[in-house]
Amino acid sequence: MATQQAERRPDLSKRDAIVVRFAGDSGDGMQLTGGQFTLSTALAGNDLSTFPDFPAEIRAPQGTLFGVSAFQINFGSRQINTAGDAPDVLVVMNPAALKVNLEALRPGGLIIADTGEFTKRNLDKAKYDANPLEDGSLARWDVLAFDISALTIEAVKDFGLGNKDALRSKNMWTLGLALWMFDRDRQPIVDWLNDKFARKPDIAAANIAALNAGHAYGETAELSGPLQQVAMPPLEQEPGLYRTITGAESISLGLVAGAQLAELPLFFGGYPITPASAILHHLARLKEFDVITFQAEDEIAAICAAIGASYAGQLGVTSSSGPGIALKTEAMGLGIMVELPLVIVNSQRGGPSTGLPTKTEQSDLYQAVYGRNGDAPMPVLAARSPGDAFDVAIEACRIATQYMTPVMLLTDGYIANAAEPWKVPDPAAYERFPVTFLQEAPAGEEFHPYIRDEKGARPWVKPGTPGLMHRVGGIEKNATTGNIDYSPDNHQAMTDARKNKVAGIVVADQEIELGEPSGELAVVGWGSTFGPIRQAVSRWIARGRKVSHIHVRHIWPLPANLGEMLGRFDHVLVPEMNTGQLKTLLRDQYLVRCESLTKTSGQPFQIAELEEAIEAYFDRIDGNEGGQVPVNDEQLPPISSSADN
Amino acid sequence: MNQLTKIETSLKDWETDQEVRWCPGCGDYAILKAVQRTLPQLGADPANTVFVSGIGCSSRFPYYMESYGFHTIHGRAPAFATGIKLANPDLDVWLVTGDGDGLSIGGNHLMHVLRRNVDMQILLFNNEIYGLTKGQYSPTSRENTRSPSTPLGSVDHPANPCAFALGAGARFVGRGIDVSRNLPDILTAAHAHRGAAFIEIFQNCIVYNKDVFDDFARPKGADQQQLWLSHGEPMLFGSEKTGGVKGLRLDPSRFAFEVVDVSDGDWEAAGVVVHDATNRVLAHMLVELPFGPFPMPLGVIYDDPKPTYEAAVHDEKRRASEGKEASFAKLLAKGQTWTVDGTAQDPV
Repeated sequence: MATQQAERRPDLSKRDAIVVRFAGDSGDGMQLTGGQFTLSTALAGNDLSTFPDFPAEIRAPQGTLFGVSAFQINFGSRQINTAGDAPDVLVVMNPAALKVNLEALRPGGLIIADTGEFTKRNLDKAKYDANPLEDGSLARWDVLAFDISALTIEAVKDFGLGNKDALRSKNMWTLGLALWMFDRDRQPIVDWLNDKFARKPDIAAANIAALNAGHAYGETAELSGPLQQVAMPPLEQEPGLYRTITGAESISLGLVAGAQLAELPLFFGGYPITPASAILHHLARLKEFDVITFQAEDEIAAICAAIGASYAGQLGVTSSSGPGIALKTEAMGLGIMVELPLVIVNSQRGGPSTGLPTKTEQSDLYQAVYGRNGDAPMPVLAARSPGDAFDVAIEACRIATQYMTPVMLLTDGYIANAAEPWKVPDPAAYERFPVTFLQEAPAGEEFHPYIRDEKGARPWVKPGTPGLMHRVGGIEKNATTGNIDYSPDNHQAMTDARKNKVAGIVVADQEIELGEPSGELAVVGWGSTFGPIRQAVSRWIARGRKVSHIHVRHIWPLPANLGEMLGRFDHVLVPEMNTGQLKTLLRDQYLVRCESLTKTSGQPFQIAELEEAIEAYFDRIDGNEGGQVPVNDEQLPPISSSADN
Repeated sequence: MNQLTKIETSLKDWETDQEVRWCPGCGDYAILKAVQRTLPQLGADPANTVFVSGIGCSSRFPYYMESYGFHTIHGRAPAFATGIKLANPDLDVWLVTGDGDGLSIGGNHLMHVLRRNVDMQILLFNNEIYGLTKGQYSPTSRENTRSPSTPLGSVDHPANPCAFALGAGARFVGRGIDVSRNLPDILTAAHAHRGAAFIEIFQNCIVYNKDVFDDFARPKGADQQQLWLSHGEPMLFGSEKTGGVKGLRLDPSRFAFEVVDVSDGDWEAAGVVVHDATNRVLAHMLVELPFGPFPMPLGVIYDDPKPTYEAAVHDEKRRASEGKEASFAKLLAKGQTWTVDGTAQDPV
């Protein structure tokens, strides 16, 4: 029995990566705790990836199952690409947090629980018949349960706070314990608390006392057994300056960078929506970078004002999430028709309709590529990670201004909220793409607003320019004069011109992320599935299978070499957090046989489920030996069942 | 907008080479000419002037103006105009919309451009009908309007555009008639007003709603049916020739206007109210006057400027930037940073 127990318990000190999940009531400050733990992890030199997972309700009733807020972090002395599959350590602040998160915990993992919250009332709210800390139901895991509430109250009693206020410091006590457990420096957190509560020194002092008490508890309690101190050595990384960054921050900075590289003021029109609002919040603080943010009366006004600003000579940007993007659709068509630069950021979330506001999905690819009336081609880009979003935002600005077109940048709730260490780039390393406004008609020629350059882009004329007055609008314009013209030949010519312009956008050739340029199986992903796909593929490569990872940034137009690249693999598997949208696009464009691996649970893919799916895929292929190539999906066994957990 | 130099133009300079395609006899022609006649008088610069419109017959307007023009989408012209004005406050922005475009599909945006007080002239062509979509009733159509979509007569209560504008916070409200000789004066006053200037223009749709404003718009008897307001002048209408000079008096017991006869030009003796265009309460009372018992108030009903939105936005931007170094390199390295060896750095 003892042997079995030892076998089951993961020896954290020998691991090169650890997953910790903090879970509590949505009022317990779990996101704050997670955020500060992330900072201390980054400062310790570990690579990391985080996954904040919180309810859509701002303050769900205390102690309820639907009010549980969690923050997961995966950190290690090796490269980390995902927020981790199963937590090794689960910190729960109440019974509901335990119930909601328990199944995710690795067998043998460690539960740290606040017994002070395991009251009859809270157990009832979490729908527990008996106290799980006492009834033996947690035997599969290690449990460390003690009264964090009482210990916190004791720690802050000198500050004269009422019980309710004192208990607010519980999250700092817990963080202090976690900092001890992973041998972390408390000072950055102390600095942060002093800064955050600069005007309320008592609160700052109470929180610091709680933090120190949690740390001291770990140090002095001499708990035998599960609570052990683990030091995670730093990861060897490229030299340079680093910081942590979330996707929302990264996109905001990338948009500012893009505008600066284009030498344009940035105009941002937005309307609050989860999980896109953070971009509006970030940009609103950057006015000194020639940024105007406009919180419009609705999504439609937000994009229309952005197009108006572009018309007047600025770089118009709008941002939203799926339902808001749907509202902007008519204006996008106008942007395509009048051929003005515009960047549209879509932070995807679970859909359709309001769907899952705080949960992630990748199901707006059809909306981005196809979702408008008429033949309305628009370039579409997808960011793969928080750090990557910076470069993708710059690329979106480049395409928009160089080709005079709206561009959609796809990110998602996971990227928007997740944080990762980011090597601070050198702004001088980016190629500038300054915009030239047309100031006068070409010598000896009449000015025509829809005459095109070699890229197919029309000239950008700012109102206020003498002699170049012209009218633009959504009604079809004559290909030469720019006057209203709905004649058949002209509409054909203009439709072709718009299509060819976007199809001709030069995008970087597709590269193989991992593996050989040909082989048995290409796993093709896009967006935030990058991390888990990369890890799953690397594990199969390590086992000797000829698997490669291809990750598509340019969704539309696709890289010129992608079709040929896919053709060099026997099989193509496309994991997506939707029901198979990129798969359809690839099949349509290349007539290549792609299979889907789908997941729409609102949660990111885990590495293990991708690993299993790839294994299952190989199993089926093997069973197909003898020349019987399936002609359609129905002849293949379903592959998504193992993935949707 | 900061128009420093007045430009010399003539009506011809504001005409495009495009054939105007409104129905023969449409009131829009008269409005177009009034605008094209007024702009030279204002010294407006075609290169600095932008006409923005939504969708509908009225919204074809920009195509007929030799200036910058943006024909946008259903109801959203105010949002485009806001973006244009924020991006370049020096532009002279005119917004052209109709009763359907501005008050139905675009009612939301109209409200917000008015409350924000973005500097522009808003011309709402009100013909109480949807023209371009072939004659359905509109948000200003009177009850019982028979139309293809209301064959038994509409049951909606109509919106009152000027009351809507005031309610939304407009600081300038004017009212005119397409063929009226006074329309240029209202346009001129609207242009002089810094902020959102709203003008309702009664416009005759000769195909789907012909002569719907005849009660007060027809020349015969006009002086008895129209009350032309002028700041500092008594609210008088009619003449000795047409049935006597009349005026509006305030009945303090009911806090309401009443029509009184004025004899021998002694309007003071009759208690006629002097129009004060800066009086918001008066403006509300005037736009709500029921036609029939009262004449139709026309001209500049309200004109009391307040600071504009775009000025506030740029002022805030300037203040927020003051003393701040816009160093992008520093911005990128913001917050708590570290080097690869794990040493914490001071925030940049």
